[in-house]
Amino acid sequence: MNETPALALKNISCTFISRDDPGQRYTAVQDTTLEVAAGEFVSVVGPTGCGKSTLLNVGAGLLSPSKGSIEVFGVPLQGVNKRAGYMFQGEALLPWRKALDNVTAGLQFAGVDPKDADEQGREWMRRVGLGGFEDRYPHQMSGGMRKRTMLAQTLIRDPDIILMDEPFSALDIQTRQLMENEVLELWMAKRKAVLFITHDLDEAIAMSDRVVVLSAGPGTHPIGEFVIDLPRPRDVAEVRIDPRFVELHADIWSVLRDEVLKGYAQQKQKAA
Amino acid sequence: MWQLIRPSSKLSLRVWQISLLMIFLGVWQYVSLDPKLAFFFGKPTGVVESLWAWFVTDGIIYYHLQITLLETLLAFVIGTSAGMGAGLWLGLSPIASAILDPYIKALNSMPRVILAPIFAMWFGLGIWSKVALAVTLVFFIVFFNVYQGVKEVSPTLLDNARMLGADRKKLLRFVYLPSATSWVFSSLHTSVGLAFVGAVVGEYLGSAAGVGYLILQAEGVFDINTVVAGVVVLTACALVLDGIVGIVEKKLMKWQPKSGETEQQV
Repeated sequence: MNETPALALKNISCTFISRDDPGQRYTAVQDTTLEVAAGEFVSVVGPTGCGKSTLLNVGAGLLSPSKGSIEVFGVPLQGVNKRAGYMFQGEALLPWRKALDNVTAGLQFAGVDPKDADEQGREWMRRVGLGGFEDRYPHQMSGGMRKRTMLAQTLIRDPDIILMDEPFSALDIQTRQLMENEVLELWMAKRKAVLFITHDLDEAIAMSDRVVVLSAGPGTHPIGEFVIDLPRPRDVAEVRIDPRFVELHADIWSVLRDEVLKGYAQQKQKAA
Repeated sequence: MWQLIRPSSKLSLRVWQISLLMIFLGVWQYVSLDPKLAFFFGKPTGVVESLWAWFVTDGIIYYHLQITLLETLLAFVIGTSAGMGAGLWLGLSPIASAILDPYIKALNSMPRVILAPIFAMWFGLGIWSKVALAVTLVFFIVFFNVYQGVKEVSPTLLDNARMLGADRKKLLRFVYLPSATSWVFSSLHTSVGLAFVGAVVGEYLGSAAGVGYLILQAEGVFDINTVVAGVVVLTACALVLDGIVGIVEKKLMKWQPKSGETEQQV
């Protein structure tokens, strides 16, 4: 494996200033160091609202941290991370573009010849199982199909680092497992660095080489790191009954549980 | 009995609508048998005579209608482009919008019909003074729609485009501009209507041609029938324009799950 990590977040802290009351501060992430090696699949799990997405936005260059530095293949990051592809949690497709034009958007922005881009776009749509749906508008597709389109849109640019923010959280469990397997298959073929955010521990273990557990906010930081030594290729549905999977799940959950309870208690307090 | 005439099917609904119109016209015609009342309210047969003269025997309406529609079209195109440009600019530049904010509010609150005489002075009695008045009406509708829309573009959409390699220029071209077009469309019915209103009011306040001018002329000689005929022509035109807008909207906004306004069935 390469010596310099594909993505290195070093001592990152993110403090937000309240817009209504400038005196109010909220530290979402505190002193977090996280590295993803080239070709490594790393998942980050943590309780809801703990600042997982903040961390990912820092890695993408969309958010500059209050403190700390980011390095991409050893080079300090400035502006948007050009070597990364980002698959967002919410709806990110341009609603006025047909599926194919959404997939090829990245190529169009890069100035690729439209004919060439179209050809690649069609190829990618087939690869994510959407052959024949090129002319659909986003609102004419199901949630799963939109996610597939987003996946093709992200991967067509062949990014060296793939950032994913709970990409499948809105899908039903069957579609979800199908897509997880597809992502793993695509990843196995190319072996890019992946930073995968999720709140689903099963998903994290089934897909990753390494799972990082974050503490509850405020001041989120990593509190545990687990190497997942399950053999590949994996099937996300079958791997769940592997004894080693169950063992890892118990280990990680013992660390995660307290944080989840803490996060839950905080949210209840906020609501009260 | 009620089962038969209940306005449930489309056909019986039409029959009901037409009967209502017939009853109204009948009552009007009956009332206007009294010449005193006819002087104030006109009479249906008189209106039809005026329309007949305009469209068939004299044929003068075509020239005037053409003028009014040309003014409407020009005002719509100029007002929409200007409103869209200004909306995009102020929506994307917080400093400019902060500085101009009170003036825009003031201009929008101002009863702009009052400007008609000034425009007549600046641009003369030809079509351009009417276009100018109608532009002031259209501009603000489009401007506020686009301005609000720019500020409400989904941040995820923008972040996604940026991650896909779009710089500021490309964001404007591929994200803001297409979104802005959709906001223009959501105000299209209103802005086309106002362009028409602006043109007619402009003509009414001082002109040498146009349907508004014909109405003004007729009023000058207390020819109520011709005035009503003018109103009928204007109403029909407005409905046709609205219908065209509906068709264009349906064609161009195919990508939208549902349009902001319901389509007006004529």
